[in-house]
Amino acid sequence: MADEVVLLDFWASMFGIRVRIALAEKGIKYEYREEDLRNKSSLLLQMNPVHKKIPVLIHNDKPICESNVQVQYIDEVWHDTAPLLPSDPYQKANARLWADFVDKKTKGEEQARAKKEFMESLKLLEGELGDKAYFGGENLGYMDIALVSYYCWFHVYEKFGDFSIEAECPKLIAWAKRCMQKENVANSVPDQQKVYEFALHLKKIFGIE
Amino acid sequence: MADEVKLFGMWASPYSRRVQLALKLKGIPYEYIEEDLSNKSSLLLKYNPVHQKIPVLVHNGKPIAESLVILEYIDETWRNNPVLLPQDPFERSMARFWAKFIDEKILITARKVSFNTGKEQEQAIEELTEQLKLLENELKGKPYFAGEAIGYLDIVVANFLVFWFRNLQEALGINMFTQEKFPIIFEWIKKLIKINVVEECRIPKERHLIYIRTRLEALKSASK
Repeated sequence: MADEVVLLDFWASMFGIRVRIALAEKGIKYEYREEDLRNKSSLLLQMNPVHKKIPVLIHNDKPICESNVQVQYIDEVWHDTAPLLPSDPYQKANARLWADFVDKKTKGEEQARAKKEFMESLKLLEGELGDKAYFGGENLGYMDIALVSYYCWFHVYEKFGDFSIEAECPKLIAWAKRCMQKENVANSVPDQQKVYEFALHLKKIFGIE
Repeated sequence: MADEVKLFGMWASPYSRRVQLALKLKGIPYEYIEEDLSNKSSLLLKYNPVHQKIPVLVHNGKPIAESLVILEYIDETWRNNPVLLPQDPFERSMARFWAKFIDEKILITARKVSFNTGKEQEQAIEELTEQLKLLENELKGKPYFAGEAIGYLDIVVANFLVFWFRNLQEALGINMFTQEKFPIIFEWIKKLIKINVVEECRIPKERHLIYIRTRLEALKSASK
Protein backbone atom coordinates (compact mmCIF):
# COMPACT_ATOMS: atom_id res chain seq x y z
CA MET A 1 0.00 0.00 0.00
CA ALA A 2 1.45 3.32 -1.03
CA ASP A 3 1.81 5.97 1.64
CA GLU A 4 -0.21 9.09 1.15
CA VAL A 5 1.38 12.14 2.73
CA VAL A 6 -0.09 15.63 2.60
CA LEU A 7 1.33 18.74 4.25
CA LEU A 8 -0.95 21.70 4.93
CA ASP A 9 1.43 24.60 5.31
CA PHE A 10 2.17 28.30 4.84
CA TRP A 11 5.28 29.29 2.89
CA ALA A 12 6.81 31.57 5.56
CA SER A 13 6.05 29.45 8.60
CA MET A 14 9.12 28.36 10.52
CA PHE A 15 7.15 25.45 11.88
CA GLY A 16 6.24 24.32 8.39
CA ILE A 17 9.88 24.60 7.34
CA ARG A 18 10.85 22.03 9.96
CA VAL A 19 8.46 19.47 8.57
CA ARG A 20 9.54 20.15 4.99
CA ILE A 21 13.18 19.58 5.91
CA ALA A 22 12.36 16.35 7.77
CA LEU A 23 10.33 15.01 4.85
CA ALA A 24 13.11 15.94 2.40
CA GLU A 25 15.80 14.34 4.55
CA LYS A 26 13.83 11.11 4.55
CA GLY A 27 13.12 11.31 0.83
CA ILE A 28 9.37 11.13 1.39
CA LYS A 29 7.12 12.10 -1.48
CA TYR A 30 4.27 14.30 -0.35
CA GLU A 31 1.68 16.74 -1.57
CA TYR A 32 2.28 20.31 -0.39
CA ARG A 33 -0.82 22.43 0.01
CA GLU A 34 -0.48 26.13 0.62
CA GLU A 35 -3.04 27.50 3.08
CA ASP A 36 -4.40 31.03 3.00
CA LEU A 37 -4.31 31.87 6.69
CA ARG A 38 -7.04 34.46 6.34
CA ASN A 39 -9.28 31.88 4.69
CA LYS A 40 -8.44 28.48 6.13
CA SER A 41 -9.54 25.42 4.21
CA SER A 42 -12.21 23.15 5.63
CA LEU A 43 -9.63 20.36 5.52
CA LEU A 44 -7.34 22.31 7.84
CA LEU A 45 -10.16 23.04 10.27
CA GLN A 46 -11.21 19.40 10.18
CA MET A 47 -7.70 18.03 10.64
CA ASN A 48 -6.62 20.45 13.36
CA PRO A 49 -9.82 21.41 15.15
CA VAL A 50 -8.04 22.19 18.41
CA HIS A 51 -5.57 24.84 17.19
CA LYS A 52 -6.72 25.41 13.59
CA LYS A 53 -3.08 26.06 12.66
CA ILE A 54 -0.54 24.91 10.14
CA PRO A 55 1.50 22.87 9.64
CA VAL A 56 -0.69 19.78 9.61
CA LEU A 57 0.82 16.53 8.43
CA ILE A 58 -1.73 14.08 7.08
CA HIS A 59 -0.47 10.51 6.72
CA ASN A 60 -2.92 8.07 5.17
CA ASP A 61 -5.76 10.36 6.28
CA LYS A 62 -4.53 10.62 9.88
CA PRO A 63 -3.59 14.12 11.04
CA ILE A 64 -0.55 14.94 13.15
CA CYS A 65 -0.17 18.45 14.57
CA GLU A 66 2.62 20.48 16.23
CA SER A 67 5.91 20.73 14.34
CA ASN A 68 8.18 19.00 16.84
CA VAL A 69 5.63 16.20 17.25
CA GLN A 70 5.45 15.90 13.45
CA VAL A 71 9.24 15.69 13.04
CA GLN A 72 9.41 12.95 15.68
CA TYR A 73 6.56 11.11 14.00
CA ILE A 74 8.35 11.25 10.64
CA ASP A 75 11.52 9.98 12.27
CA GLU A 76 9.70 7.06 13.91
CA VAL A 77 7.65 5.96 10.91
CA TRP A 78 10.42 6.28 8.33
CA HIS A 79 13.07 5.01 10.65
CA ASP A 80 15.21 3.26 8.04
CA THR A 81 16.71 6.40 6.50
CA ALA A 82 18.54 9.43 7.78
CA PRO A 83 17.84 9.19 11.53
CA LEU A 84 16.95 12.59 12.95
CA LEU A 85 17.07 11.73 16.62
CA PRO A 86 19.97 9.88 18.25
CA SER A 87 19.26 6.32 19.35
CA ASP A 88 20.84 6.76 22.78
CA PRO A 89 18.10 7.79 25.24
CA TYR A 90 20.29 10.39 26.96
CA GLN A 91 21.34 12.08 23.72
CA LYS A 92 17.76 11.90 22.52
CA ALA A 93 16.62 13.64 25.69
CA ASN A 94 19.25 16.33 25.14
CA ALA A 95 18.10 16.96 21.56
CA ARG A 96 14.48 17.19 22.74
CA LEU A 97 15.43 19.56 25.54
CA TRP A 98 17.21 21.99 23.23
CA ALA A 99 14.49 21.86 20.57
CA ASP A 100 12.03 22.68 23.35
CA PHE A 101 14.28 25.54 24.46
CA VAL A 102 14.25 26.98 20.93
CA ASP A 103 10.46 27.07 20.96
CA LYS A 104 10.18 28.56 24.40
CA LYS A 105 12.78 31.25 23.94
CA THR A 106 12.43 32.38 20.36
CA LYS A 107 8.71 32.28 19.79
CA GLY A 108 6.59 35.02 18.32
CA GLU A 109 6.67 38.75 18.49
CA GLU A 110 8.36 38.80 21.86
CA GLN A 111 11.90 39.03 20.55
CA ALA A 112 11.39 42.47 19.11
CA ARG A 113 10.80 43.60 22.67
CA ALA A 114 13.17 41.23 24.36
CA LYS A 115 16.25 41.57 22.21
CA LYS A 116 18.60 40.95 25.10
CA GLU A 117 16.89 37.71 26.12
CA PHE A 118 16.84 36.61 22.50
CA MET A 119 20.58 37.14 22.11
CA GLU A 120 21.24 35.37 25.41
CA SER A 121 19.27 32.39 24.19
CA LEU A 122 21.21 32.36 20.94
CA LYS A 123 24.47 32.41 22.88
CA LEU A 124 23.33 29.43 24.95
CA LEU A 125 22.47 27.59 21.75
CA GLU A 126 25.85 28.48 20.33
CA GLY A 127 27.41 26.99 23.47
CA GLU A 128 25.47 23.77 22.97
CA LEU A 129 26.70 23.56 19.37
CA GLY A 130 30.32 23.86 20.48
CA ASP A 131 32.73 22.68 17.82
CA LYS A 132 30.34 20.26 16.20
CA ALA A 133 29.37 20.70 12.57
CA TYR A 134 25.71 20.23 13.51
CA PHE A 135 23.78 19.95 16.76
CA GLY A 136 23.18 16.35 15.68
CA GLY A 137 26.94 15.74 15.35
CA GLU A 138 28.25 14.84 11.92
CA ASN A 139 24.84 15.09 10.33
CA LEU A 140 21.73 17.20 10.47
CA GLY A 141 19.45 16.09 13.30
CA TYR A 142 16.25 16.91 15.15
CA MET A 143 17.68 19.91 16.97
CA ASP A 144 19.21 21.39 13.79
CA ILE A 145 15.84 21.14 12.10
CA ALA A 146 14.11 22.81 15.03
CA LEU A 147 16.43 25.82 14.94
CA VAL A 148 17.31 26.27 11.27
CA SER A 149 13.63 26.78 10.57
CA TYR A 150 14.02 30.17 12.25
CA TYR A 151 17.01 31.17 10.15
CA CYS A 152 15.03 32.93 7.43
CA TRP A 153 13.46 35.03 10.16
CA PHE A 154 16.80 36.06 11.70
CA HIS A 155 17.18 38.63 8.96
CA VAL A 156 13.77 40.04 9.94
CA TYR A 157 14.68 40.27 13.63
CA GLU A 158 17.99 41.91 12.79
CA LYS A 159 16.36 44.56 10.65
CA PHE A 160 13.50 45.21 13.08
CA GLY A 161 15.73 45.16 16.12
CA ASP A 162 18.65 46.89 14.44
CA PHE A 163 21.36 44.47 15.50
CA SER A 164 23.62 41.88 13.95
CA ILE A 165 23.33 38.27 15.02
CA GLU A 166 26.50 37.36 13.17
CA ALA A 167 28.50 39.86 15.21
CA GLU A 168 27.45 38.26 18.50
CA CYS A 169 27.07 34.63 17.45
CA PRO A 170 29.36 33.98 14.51
CA LYS A 171 29.52 30.22 15.12
CA LEU A 172 25.75 29.96 15.05
CA ILE A 173 25.51 31.84 11.76
CA ALA A 174 28.30 29.65 10.35
CA TRP A 175 26.24 26.62 11.37
CA ALA A 176 23.13 28.08 9.74
CA LYS A 177 24.99 28.72 6.50
CA ARG A 178 26.33 25.16 6.61
CA CYS A 179 22.77 23.87 6.92
CA MET A 180 21.63 26.09 4.07
CA GLN A 181 24.22 24.48 1.81
CA LYS A 182 22.27 21.25 2.07
CA GLU A 183 19.80 20.92 -0.77
CA ASN A 184 17.01 19.59 1.47
CA VAL A 185 17.26 22.62 3.71
CA ALA A 186 17.72 25.22 0.97
CA ASN A 187 14.70 23.90 -0.88
CA SER A 188 12.54 23.94 2.25
CA VAL A 189 13.39 27.44 3.37
CA PRO A 190 11.85 30.51 1.72
CA ASP A 191 13.97 33.38 0.49
CA GLN A 192 15.03 35.72 3.33
CA GLN A 193 14.07 38.84 1.41
CA LYS A 194 10.59 37.50 0.71
CA VAL A 195 10.13 36.71 4.38
CA TYR A 196 11.27 40.20 5.32
CA GLU A 197 8.76 41.77 2.92
CA PHE A 198 6.07 39.55 4.36
CA ALA A 199 6.98 40.60 7.89
CA LEU A 200 6.81 44.26 6.89
CA HIS A 201 3.39 43.59 5.45
CA LEU A 202 2.24 41.93 8.70
CA LYS A 203 3.65 44.82 10.68
CA LYS A 204 1.61 47.24 8.63
CA ILE A 205 -1.60 45.25 8.98
CA PHE A 206 -1.30 44.57 12.67
CA GLY A 207 0.66 47.63 13.62
CA ILE A 208 3.10 45.47 15.59
CA GLU A 209 6.19 47.16 16.81
CA MET B 1 26.44 -1.96 38.17
CA ALA B 2 23.55 -0.49 40.09
CA ASP B 3 21.73 2.48 38.63
CA GLU B 4 21.92 5.69 40.57
CA VAL B 5 18.81 7.76 40.13
CA LYS B 6 18.17 11.10 41.79
CA LEU B 7 15.24 13.42 41.40
CA PHE B 8 15.41 17.10 42.28
CA GLY B 9 11.84 18.17 42.81
CA MET B 10 9.42 20.38 44.67
CA TRP B 11 6.52 18.98 46.65
CA ALA B 12 3.84 21.28 45.19
CA SER B 13 4.92 21.12 41.58
CA PRO B 14 2.76 19.02 39.25
CA TYR B 15 5.75 18.75 36.90
CA SER B 16 7.86 17.25 39.65
CA ARG B 17 5.09 14.85 40.74
CA ARG B 18 4.77 13.60 37.15
CA VAL B 19 8.27 12.29 37.21
CA GLN B 20 7.80 10.74 40.66
CA LEU B 21 4.72 8.91 39.45
CA ALA B 22 6.54 7.57 36.39
CA LEU B 23 9.45 6.33 38.52
CA LYS B 24 7.12 4.68 41.02
CA LEU B 25 4.98 3.05 38.34
CA LYS B 26 8.09 1.52 36.84
CA GLY B 27 9.37 0.50 40.25
CA ILE B 28 12.62 2.43 39.83
CA PRO B 29 14.39 3.16 43.13
CA TYR B 30 15.49 6.79 43.42
CA GLU B 31 16.70 9.39 45.84
CA TYR B 32 14.41 12.40 46.14
CA ILE B 33 15.88 15.79 46.88
CA GLU B 34 13.47 18.55 47.85
CA GLU B 35 14.45 21.94 46.46
CA ASP B 36 13.66 25.25 48.07
CA LEU B 37 12.81 27.30 45.00
CA SER B 38 13.61 30.57 46.76
CA ASN B 39 17.08 29.25 47.54
CA LYS B 40 18.13 26.80 44.86
CA SER B 41 20.90 24.39 45.73
CA SER B 42 24.23 24.60 43.97
CA LEU B 43 23.71 21.01 42.83
CA LEU B 44 20.49 21.93 41.03
CA LEU B 45 22.17 24.88 39.33
CA LYS B 46 25.03 22.61 38.33
CA TYR B 47 22.70 19.99 36.84
CA ASN B 48 20.33 22.41 35.14
CA PRO B 49 22.32 25.54 34.35
CA VAL B 50 20.16 26.53 31.38
CA HIS B 51 16.70 26.55 32.95
CA GLN B 52 17.60 26.29 36.64
CA LYS B 53 14.28 24.60 37.27
CA ILE B 54 12.96 21.45 38.78
CA PRO B 55 12.33 18.65 38.09
CA VAL B 56 15.74 17.37 37.14
CA LEU B 57 16.44 13.67 36.93
CA VAL B 58 20.06 12.65 37.38
CA HIS B 59 20.80 9.15 36.10
CA ASN B 60 24.28 7.87 36.90
CA GLY B 61 25.49 11.45 37.10
CA LYS B 62 23.84 12.60 33.86
CA PRO B 63 21.14 15.26 34.21
CA ILE B 64 17.90 15.38 32.25
CA ALA B 65 15.56 18.35 32.53
CA GLU B 66 12.01 19.22 31.41
CA SER B 67 9.34 16.93 32.79
CA LEU B 68 7.99 15.66 29.47
CA VAL B 69 11.50 14.98 28.18
CA ILE B 70 12.23 13.14 31.44
CA LEU B 71 9.10 10.98 31.09
CA GLU B 72 10.18 9.85 27.63
CA TYR B 73 13.71 9.22 28.86
CA ILE B 74 12.42 7.06 31.70
CA ASP B 75 10.26 5.07 29.31
CA GLU B 76 13.13 4.54 26.85
CA THR B 77 15.69 3.61 29.49
CA TRP B 78 13.60 1.33 31.69
CA ARG B 79 11.61 -0.70 29.25
CA ASN B 80 9.69 -2.74 31.84
CA ASN B 81 5.94 -2.49 32.35
CA PRO B 82 4.06 -0.32 32.38
CA VAL B 83 5.23 0.97 29.01
CA LEU B 84 4.28 4.61 29.26
CA LEU B 85 4.15 5.77 25.64
CA PRO B 86 2.10 3.95 22.99
CA GLN B 87 3.99 1.72 20.58
CA ASP B 88 2.20 2.98 17.50
CA PRO B 89 3.79 6.20 16.14
CA PHE B 90 0.43 7.83 15.48
CA GLU B 91 -0.88 7.10 18.98
CA ARG B 92 2.45 8.37 20.33
CA SER B 93 2.12 11.62 18.42
CA MET B 94 -1.39 12.07 19.84
CA ALA B 95 -0.12 11.52 23.39
CA ARG B 96 2.64 14.08 22.85
CA PHE B 97 0.21 16.55 21.27
CA TRP B 98 -2.17 16.41 24.24
CA ALA B 99 0.65 16.64 26.78
CA LYS B 100 1.83 19.79 25.01
CA PHE B 101 -1.72 21.11 24.98
CA ILE B 102 -1.91 20.69 28.72
CA ASP B 103 1.42 22.38 29.37
CA GLU B 104 1.09 25.15 26.82
CA LYS B 105 -2.61 25.94 26.89
CA ILE B 106 -4.46 24.43 29.82
CA LEU B 107 -1.95 25.37 32.49
CA ILE B 108 -1.84 28.93 31.23
CA THR B 109 -5.62 29.22 31.31
CA ALA B 110 -5.62 27.73 34.81
CA ARG B 111 -3.24 30.48 35.89
CA LYS B 112 -5.55 33.09 34.37
CA VAL B 113 -8.32 31.62 36.50
CA SER B 114 -6.15 31.98 39.63
CA PHE B 115 -4.88 35.46 39.07
CA ASN B 116 -8.08 37.12 37.95
CA THR B 117 -11.39 37.94 39.55
CA GLY B 118 -14.81 39.01 38.35
CA LYS B 119 -15.43 39.02 34.63
CA GLU B 120 -11.89 38.10 33.63
CA GLN B 121 -12.03 35.08 35.88
CA GLU B 122 -15.39 34.06 34.44
CA GLN B 123 -13.99 34.24 30.93
CA ALA B 124 -10.95 32.23 31.94
CA ILE B 125 -13.18 29.62 33.57
CA GLU B 126 -15.18 29.34 30.35
CA GLU B 127 -12.02 28.94 28.31
CA LEU B 128 -10.68 26.32 30.71
CA THR B 129 -13.96 24.40 30.63
CA GLU B 130 -13.80 24.23 26.84
CA GLN B 131 -10.20 23.06 26.91
CA LEU B 132 -10.95 20.39 29.50
CA LYS B 133 -13.88 19.16 27.43
CA LEU B 134 -11.55 18.73 24.45
CA LEU B 135 -9.27 16.72 26.67
CA GLU B 136 -12.15 14.64 28.01
CA ASN B 137 -13.03 13.69 24.45
CA GLU B 138 -9.75 11.85 24.25
CA LEU B 139 -10.89 9.50 26.99
CA LYS B 140 -14.08 8.40 25.23
CA GLY B 141 -14.27 4.65 24.81
CA LYS B 142 -11.07 3.96 26.75
CA PRO B 143 -10.46 3.17 30.41
CA TYR B 144 -7.29 5.31 30.41
CA PHE B 145 -5.89 8.00 28.13
CA ALA B 146 -3.16 5.53 27.19
CA GLY B 147 -5.66 2.74 26.45
CA GLU B 148 -6.02 -0.35 28.59
CA ALA B 149 -3.54 0.69 31.23
CA ILE B 150 -2.14 3.86 32.75
CA GLY B 151 0.46 5.64 30.62
CA TYR B 152 2.21 8.90 29.72
CA LEU B 153 -0.84 11.05 29.13
CA ASP B 154 -2.61 9.70 32.22
CA ILE B 155 0.42 10.72 34.28
CA VAL B 156 0.39 14.23 32.81
CA VAL B 157 -3.37 14.76 33.19
CA ALA B 158 -3.51 13.20 36.66
CA ASN B 159 -0.86 15.47 38.05
CA PHE B 160 -2.38 18.55 36.61
CA LEU B 161 -6.07 17.90 37.15
CA VAL B 162 -6.43 15.49 39.99
CA PHE B 163 -3.59 16.58 42.20
CA TRP B 164 -3.06 20.21 41.43
CA PHE B 165 -6.12 21.81 39.92
CA ARG B 166 -8.65 20.33 42.32
CA ASN B 167 -6.75 21.88 45.22
CA LEU B 168 -6.41 25.15 43.33
CA GLN B 169 -10.13 25.43 42.71
CA GLU B 170 -10.88 24.75 46.35
CA ALA B 171 -8.39 27.40 47.44
CA LEU B 172 -10.00 29.86 45.03
CA GLY B 173 -13.50 29.00 46.19
CA ILE B 174 -14.70 28.03 42.72
CA ASN B 175 -16.20 24.79 41.60
CA MET B 176 -15.84 24.44 37.88
CA PHE B 177 -14.36 20.98 37.74
CA THR B 178 -17.26 18.77 38.75
CA GLN B 179 -18.59 15.29 38.07
CA GLU B 180 -21.66 16.78 36.38
CA LYS B 181 -19.58 18.67 33.86
CA PHE B 182 -16.91 16.03 33.32
CA PRO B 183 -18.42 12.60 33.95
CA ILE B 184 -15.89 10.71 31.84
CA ILE B 185 -12.89 12.26 33.57
CA PHE B 186 -14.40 11.57 36.98
CA GLU B 187 -14.85 7.90 36.08
CA TRP B 188 -11.21 7.81 35.09
CA ILE B 189 -10.18 9.46 38.37
CA LYS B 190 -12.02 6.74 40.33
CA LYS B 191 -9.94 4.10 38.52
CA LEU B 192 -6.75 6.05 38.93
CA ILE B 193 -6.84 6.55 42.68
CA LYS B 194 -7.19 2.80 43.18
CA ILE B 195 -3.58 2.48 42.00
CA ASN B 196 -1.38 2.64 45.12
CA VAL B 197 1.46 4.67 43.73
CA VAL B 198 -0.92 7.26 42.33
CA GLU B 199 -2.22 7.97 45.85
CA GLU B 200 1.37 8.06 47.09
CA CYS B 201 2.22 10.81 44.63
CA ARG B 202 -0.69 13.01 45.55
CA ILE B 203 0.22 16.52 46.70
CA PRO B 204 -0.73 16.66 50.41
CA LYS B 205 -3.98 18.62 50.30
CA GLU B 206 -4.02 20.71 53.47
CA ARG B 207 -0.44 21.80 53.04
CA HIS B 208 -1.12 22.60 49.40
CA LEU B 209 -4.18 24.70 50.18
CA ILE B 210 -2.16 26.80 52.61
CA TYR B 211 0.65 27.10 50.07
CA ILE B 212 -1.69 28.26 47.28
CA ARG B 213 -3.51 30.74 49.51
CA THR B 214 -0.23 32.20 50.74
CA ARG B 215 1.10 32.62 47.23
CA LEU B 216 -2.10 34.23 45.97
CA GLU B 217 -2.06 36.66 48.87
CA ALA B 218 1.56 37.54 48.18
CA LEU B 219 0.80 38.15 44.50
CA LYS B 220 -2.20 40.31 45.32
CA SER B 221 -0.26 42.50 47.70
CA ALA B 222 2.65 42.73 45.30
CA SER B 223 0.38 44.05 42.58
CA LYS B 224 -1.15 46.75 44.80
